[in-house]
Amino acid sequence: MGGMDGFGQIVREDDEPLFHFDWEARMFALLLACRPAGNIDELRHAIERIGASRYLNSSYYERWLDAAQILLIERGVLSRAELEARGAHPPIPSQPSMHFEGPPYEDSRMRARFRPGDHVIARNINPIGHTRLPRYARGKRGVIWRDWGVYAFPDSNAHGGGHRPHHVYSVAFDGRELWGAQAPRRDKVHIDLWEDHLETAKPGKVSKRAKTNTKGMRGSRR
Amino acid sequence: MSENHSRAPSGPALRVKALEALLEEKGLVDAATLDHIIDTFEHQVGPRNGARVVAKAWTDPGFRKLLLADATAAVAHLGYGGPEGGHLVAVENTARVHNLVVCTLCSCYPWSVLGLPPSWYKSFAYRSRAVRDPRGLLKEFGLEIPARREIRVWDSSAEQRYIVIPQRPAGSENVSEEALAKLVTRDSMIGTAIIAPVLRKETAE
Repeated sequence: MGGMDGFGQIVREDDEPLFHFDWEARMFALLLACRPAGNIDELRHAIERIGASRYLNSSYYERWLDAAQILLIERGVLSRAELEARGAHPPIPSQPSMHFEGPPYEDSRMRARFRPGDHVIARNINPIGHTRLPRYARGKRGVIWRDWGVYAFPDSNAHGGGHRPHHVYSVAFDGRELWGAQAPRRDKVHIDLWEDHLETAKPGKVSKRAKTNTKGMRGSRR
Repeated sequence: MSENHSRAPSGPALRVKALEALLEEKGLVDAATLDHIIDTFEHQVGPRNGARVVAKAWTDPGFRKLLLADATAAVAHLGYGGPEGGHLVAVENTARVHNLVVCTLCSCYPWSVLGLPPSWYKSFAYRSRAVRDPRGLLKEFGLEIPARREIRVWDSSAEQRYIVIPQRPAGSENVSEEALAKLVTRDSMIGTAIIAPVLRKETAE
């Protein structure tokens, strides 16, 4: 949703309870406890597949409920008929789950291609499936701030493509690069991106300031 | 906005009940486990944990150093960890930088130290605007950040979960670690608030 218009002011609630209804607490716990509902990336993709208008008209835990039902049906754990018979009314997903298509994974991917200070450009990709590369960063230039180490790749793990682990970097983007000249000069957005989301950019447009920010403490790796 | 909780709960309430019953019949979940999970998040996990982390960082330079270098390891010393806390990153507010945390893609949040997020953190309004107009958004929270200070927004798009270490309030030099923890608010650890200066109590006589 980064950068979208039209959602108005932020509404805050004083002394907000942890859950507003009992069913929210049950839904929260169900999804944490029920492993057959899929991995976190499949779950996030299922939330994205409940359909845009339904997504915007649902509360947070309603989206969890919809996604859990979609996944449990797709994985054969429960049938649509069973859920319907109990009045659980599962949604029809806006698109089917997809199979990951990509080149075979090579262990050499565990080596970092970028180092702090490197200028990069976020790829302009628009996959139909799940990705953790936010739309507002696509095609934008940034500077590697930190290498967080190697992590499973949600863009494949959400689609049965396995972990395909490779490096995740904190990438610093100037506000002006993302939003244009009206953005304050100093402000930055740091986005955590996988190496497959990035390609090498020639230095130039990114301010020197972003580069000097690469100094700092070392990240933890796993 | 229809994303809040104003709609009748009966629809989802019945659907969740049916889903839980079916999963229980198949032996995939049991009610006691769910009760335990809910109890944990209602009573053991929450922003008090993060406040303790911040107060310790303010008073113990060794801990602060470790926290900034490896927050996951640092908070484990205080017994904090678990889901959505496995790759914690602490970012420190200074006179030059103000940090703000968001998840534009979903609602990622450092559960291990802040508990579950407030509804506004999960709202479309916050998720859409935090990256594009952080200064305007912070004004809505009553916070005006000087133009010379950089705002650094952290979009939690991978496994890293962020906690902001707010600036220690003026006038708190002689306040104990325990009392400092009580000054630290949840919003100050997200970056949508700062901590007000401590007013010296006028001593009698």
